[in-house]
Amino acid sequence: MSQEVPGWDENGPERLYVITGGRSDPARQTGLDLVTLIVARADPQVGMQPEHASILRVCNSPLSVAEISAYLGLPVSVITVLLADLLTEERVEARSPAPSLPDIELIEAVIHGLRNL
Amino acid sequence: MDSGISDTTTGPRSEDRLPSSASSAVKVVIVGGFGVGKTTLVRSVSEIRPLTTEETMTQASENVDDTAGVERKTATTVAMDFGRISLNEELVLYLFGTPGQQRFWFLWNGLFDGALGAVVLVDTRRLEVSFDVIGRLEESAVPFVVAVNAFPEAPDYPVEELRKALDLDPKVPIVVCDARQRSSSQDVLLKLMHYLRSLALTSEAK
Ligand SMILES: Nc1nc2c(ncn2[C@@H]2O[C@H](COP(=O)(O)OP(=O)(O)O)[C@@H](O)[C@H]2O)c(=O)[nH]1
Ligand SMILES: [Mg+2]
Repeated sequence: MSQEVPGWDENGPERLYVITGGRSDPARQTGLDLVTLIVARADPQVGMQPEHASILRVCNSPLSVAEISAYLGLPVSVITVLLADLLTEERVEARSPAPSLPDIELIEAVIHGLRNL
Repeated sequence: MDSGISDTTTGPRSEDRLPSSASSAVKVVIVGGFGVGKTTLVRSVSEIRPLTTEETMTQASENVDDTAGVERKTATTVAMDFGRISLNEELVLYLFGTPGQQRFWFLWNGLFDGALGAVVLVDTRRLEVSFDVIGRLEESAVPFVVAVNAFPEAPDYPVEELRKALDLDPKVPIVVCDARQRSSSQDVLLKLMHYLRSLALTSEAK
């Protein structure tokens, strides 16, 4: 249970600042997209920052950056900071989205998948 | 003080987990005004219950310096709903429903970068909210289709009249849908994909 701290907003700038250690969104450097799939490559360790441990736990199976944000209840900009740490430490693997200029094959695969819904 | 976090974070239910073979994802953005049926459309085709990601205005703002960002006590939180469709064992499609106002788009860094395309969802009672969205998509060269969510109380204009009212390029498909129906939402997405295929074929022919 989270304790109510006066003036402490769960998603307020102060808490987010603490989680990221004041670092800003490195999405451009890490190349992480909302739909980059993340898979854990290591188990959570004792003494790890709790948010890092949570990411490793939920990414037991592949999960998009957007889903990680939703499950942890933290903004994507905070999640990408945390993921950059885990990527550097090689504790997670990132699977990049399909290329942005889709070729016919990709589009047909999407059409095929949608027809089978 | 933060020690509870790891215990309370629950990941996806076992039935919501992607197979380990999932290797790449694509995204489509559903854009439209408030209450036009974006979440309803996402929910009707998604294999998971729609999830919500939030972003705060202060957090995303590029030109707020660190100290000012920290000192600010209130931050506007904007939510974006999204859903997921596994297309096959490797490929996953994500659908993001985002407010029509462009200032929100910057909150999610690169929301439209790499998106296959967009669906502009419109309500014929409030066409004017779509003008700006359509203009922005045209400017940023994001291919899109227009889906008219047919609310029973809304006037039922002929498609060509809507095209004129929205000042749409003749090649942009318009489709009428009922966002609550899975098959109807599926048709909207297929319409977008067929349009993308025709665009890709045209550019390959060049
Ligand atoms: N009659 C009707 N109602 C709809 C339809 N689509 C959405 N709604 C209703 O319109 C309201 C707003 O929809 P919602 O999906 O939350 O809109 P959003 O703000 O764009 O995400 C909800 O109460 C829906 O049940 C539709 O196709 N027909
Ligand atoms: Mg909504």
